[in-house]
Amino acid sequence: MSSRDAVLARIRAALADAPEPDPVVRDYRTAHVPGADVPVGHVPGADVPVGHVPGADVPVGHVPGADASTGHVPAGRHVPAAHVPDEHVAVIDLLAENLADYRAHVHRCTEAALPALLARLLAEHGSRSVAVPPGLPHGWLAETGEVRQHPDEPPLTARELDGIDSVVTTCRLAVAETGTLVLDAGPGQGRRALTLVPDHHICVVRTADQVVASLPQALPRLDPARPLTWISGPSATSDIELDRVEGVHGPRTLDVVLLE
Amino acid sequence: MRVALFATCVNDAVLPRAAIATVRLLQRLGVEVDFPEQQSCCGQPQYNTGYRRQAEPLVRRMARAFDGYEYVVTPSGSCVAMVRDNYPRIGAKARAEGRGEELAAAAASLTPRVLELTEFLVDVLGVTDVGAYFPHTVTYHPSCHGLRVLGLGTRPLALLRAVEGLELVELPGAEECCGFGGTFAVKNPDVSTAMGADKIAHARSTGAEVLCGADNSCLLHLDGMLRRQSRGRGDAPLRTVHLAEILAPTEADPWSVA
Amino acid sequence: MSGRTYLGMPAFPVEAKASTKDERLRANLRHATHTIRDKRARAVGELDDWALLREAGKRIKDHTLRHLDTYLLQLEDRVTAAGGTVHWAADAAEANRIVASLVHATGETEVVKVKSMATQEIGLNEALAAEGVNAYETDLAELIVQLGDDLPSHILVPAIHRNRGEIRDIFRAQMGRWGRPAPEGLTDRPADLAEAARLHLREKFLRAKVGVSGANFMIAETGTLVVVESEGNGRMCLTLPETLISVVGIEKVLPSWQDLEVFLQLLPRSSTAERMNPYTTMWTGTTAGDGPRDFHLVLLDNGRTATLADEVGRQVLRCIRCSACLNVCPVYERAGGHAYGSPYPGPIGAVLMPQLRGTTSEVDASLPFASSLCGACYDVCPVAIDIPEVLVHLREQVAAQPGHGAERAAMKAAAWLFDHPAALAAAERAASATRAVHPRTLPLRPAKAWTDSRDLPELPAAPFRAWWKQHRTTRQEPAE
Repeated sequence: MSSRDAVLARIRAALADAPEPDPVVRDYRTAHVPGADVPVGHVPGADVPVGHVPGADVPVGHVPGADASTGHVPAGRHVPAAHVPDEHVAVIDLLAENLADYRAHVHRCTEAALPALLARLLAEHGSRSVAVPPGLPHGWLAETGEVRQHPDEPPLTARELDGIDSVVTTCRLAVAETGTLVLDAGPGQGRRALTLVPDHHICVVRTADQVVASLPQALPRLDPARPLTWISGPSATSDIELDRVEGVHGPRTLDVVLLE
Repeated sequence: MRVALFATCVNDAVLPRAAIATVRLLQRLGVEVDFPEQQSCCGQPQYNTGYRRQAEPLVRRMARAFDGYEYVVTPSGSCVAMVRDNYPRIGAKARAEGRGEELAAAAASLTPRVLELTEFLVDVLGVTDVGAYFPHTVTYHPSCHGLRVLGLGTRPLALLRAVEGLELVELPGAEECCGFGGTFAVKNPDVSTAMGADKIAHARSTGAEVLCGADNSCLLHLDGMLRRQSRGRGDAPLRTVHLAEILAPTEADPWSVA
Repeated sequence: MSGRTYLGMPAFPVEAKASTKDERLRANLRHATHTIRDKRARAVGELDDWALLREAGKRIKDHTLRHLDTYLLQLEDRVTAAGGTVHWAADAAEANRIVASLVHATGETEVVKVKSMATQEIGLNEALAAEGVNAYETDLAELIVQLGDDLPSHILVPAIHRNRGEIRDIFRAQMGRWGRPAPEGLTDRPADLAEAARLHLREKFLRAKVGVSGANFMIAETGTLVVVESEGNGRMCLTLPETLISVVGIEKVLPSWQDLEVFLQLLPRSSTAERMNPYTTMWTGTTAGDGPRDFHLVLLDNGRTATLADEVGRQVLRCIRCSACLNVCPVYERAGGHAYGSPYPGPIGAVLMPQLRGTTSEVDASLPFASSLCGACYDVCPVAIDIPEVLVHLREQVAAQPGHGAERAAMKAAAWLFDHPAALAAAERAASATRAVHPRTLPLRPAKAWTDSRDLPELPAAPFRAWWKQHRTTRQEPAE
């Protein structure tokens, strides 16, 4: 008997008399950022923890398309985040706040001002070279002057990447409640190594359509078939006395540009 | 109202003051108290040490002893936790082992009627000010079973705050275990003692005269350490006192150490 | 390679006796666990639906375990369809053989490793060393343990027993033997120590051809594996090598992609007390031009199916290895992780290892008793494993083994006495017998274990029963 068959047989024997457990209930929130009809969870200066929703009177969101019996939404089913504009402002503010809380540097600018901002960030980091993923919008790096651009076409070797100071990318989406950027190797994001080996990562987020409030709103928009990298602040560790310090193997500087 | 007192074996044999104080307190509040003499031990030592089957006769005895009482009140959180959490498990396991419904039925009949003292005072009698007088500085250790299994919450503190003359000081690290843990105290004496030493250090740091608890088994362990520590040393006096012994005395009938 | 193993570890109380007296260890553990404890409470407190998430996490795991065969087959199908290869390992030895042969097939003699409990559990590094393959740990804490020829003592932070000064000393003394030495004048600042690790490991990442990992979650619906981490060493190992081998316990499977919305909220807040850990990598099979060309998934049983068969014990398989239970455990804090005799210390180790390994060894038989049953572990467990319930359940198994005759007799005698009130009353009256009927100190040799550090209680003049007999007639009046 193969080990595969042996393990499966043991599982079936172990469960022969096991009762069916309680059904899965997904009555947790689909977002903790308050809806438009309730006070904003975190007002700067107010003594309310980030992401906290006061009171039980906040309506719990419902995920359209969920299976009634299991609560599952099939992977890849697109569920748009149902936000009114006022709320979306609060979501973007929360994203900025949570990113900054984990030591990412957050910048806001318009599309027109982006090339100048990127040039400034590269200069401030002292970068002399920048890796450029396929599909990064033309013109974003138009004002970087002396900084040498390394397109990842053909792919750079790991050692080549190790010699490059910075990388500029887009992202697939960003999650406000957790201060997370998600990259899926799509246009402007590059393969996973590109945002890993250089010590400085600048990630541009389109706030109009790339920011969601929560994990339950993020997962349906992602394609599991693509390689995904979730980034919440720069590389960090808690391995010394369980206290967090930033900067180990991944990029030690993370600049996030929220594009308005 | 007539209730049965479940004194618990530890209070009966070793620390009767807490049981006596419970009787006096309840009587003062107009409650008629019975002590069914067929009661003994809830079986927690056996059960928690891995001798479930030896706890079974005690489950039956408890159910028989307290049959017919609307409430069974006990000044011990861990014994209530044993009844409430583990009697149904003992019944369910006996059933699963093909030994019938008897133990499950005994557990089901008894369990909902057994209340820890502060639950009975606050939830049933609806009082927090029991008219007590205790002119001392007190810090409160919420024993693990009361805190986490029973969820006694603020009940003991509300009762203490209403005591005349009592100054309540917060115990740092209150939610941490004192290290008693039943047979843990003798199976892992070094860890048990290390935990107890930290608990006592926290209690001493408050400057309180009295370390109060609602579970005498924990206090037994802490008191044993306190007396060992202070032997031949000039430590500030700190003594363990059960919550019932603080709620029972009045200005007319004050607490005495003896 | 590490020469130290957990083999032949003494019973928990023996090892703990030494560690409770190690002032530096006690201080390191107290500092670290209290730091993370408070942070976790704040991170969890941000979510007012934590209890609902916890219940959902528990139920998703229970549902998965109840249909584990179905979900594993679905996972195998999806991983294979996405270009991966799935292997099944019945035990540690088989898993090690599979990994070694996969490494040999690449022609390489070194691998870089992501921190993985499963590979610690099976002793993969030692097995690979015996096959001529060097396995380099790349997680900072695992690196500290490996360089220091030490054993891990915590699930999340295996070097939690080391403080910054000790870590600096290990780096200075040992890094040069393994590769790039520690920088001149290395200080004990955590940022400098992290920088030293970055420099030391960078060369290994860049040349590595084979990566070895575990996984936090596997999604049956999509064939996706998920690794959460903080430092970026995981991304290095999962992304740069040409071959990736992931060794994952069979209980790590989740049915659906959507289930991650629960577990990616539960895990980081419970584990590192963060809203989200810095890096999470998700991959499904292989992707042309991005990451490893070959992906192998080794599904590990190694005692899990035996655990699954135990109706009380199977809840332990819900565990997502967050280590919140360690960080709140008063026993762990004082005894330290090594006393538990496995890579899984603390409360979860005390209920997991006696099930995975059985209770025949001294240390495994002692683990179910290494708890005061205070319940702090259950309170913080993000998947609601009732650890005290399982501990007591396992105590019953151990108590039934040979060698517990005296204790059983004592327990039986006490139970008999308590079931015979007349005899009990007589015994209570007899002062000499009073100690013997004290249930909390009964199980033999108890008096010494108690009195080494504690006075015995002063016995009352009379038991409560005697007082009651005198006062019962006046029960409606204030008793005098």
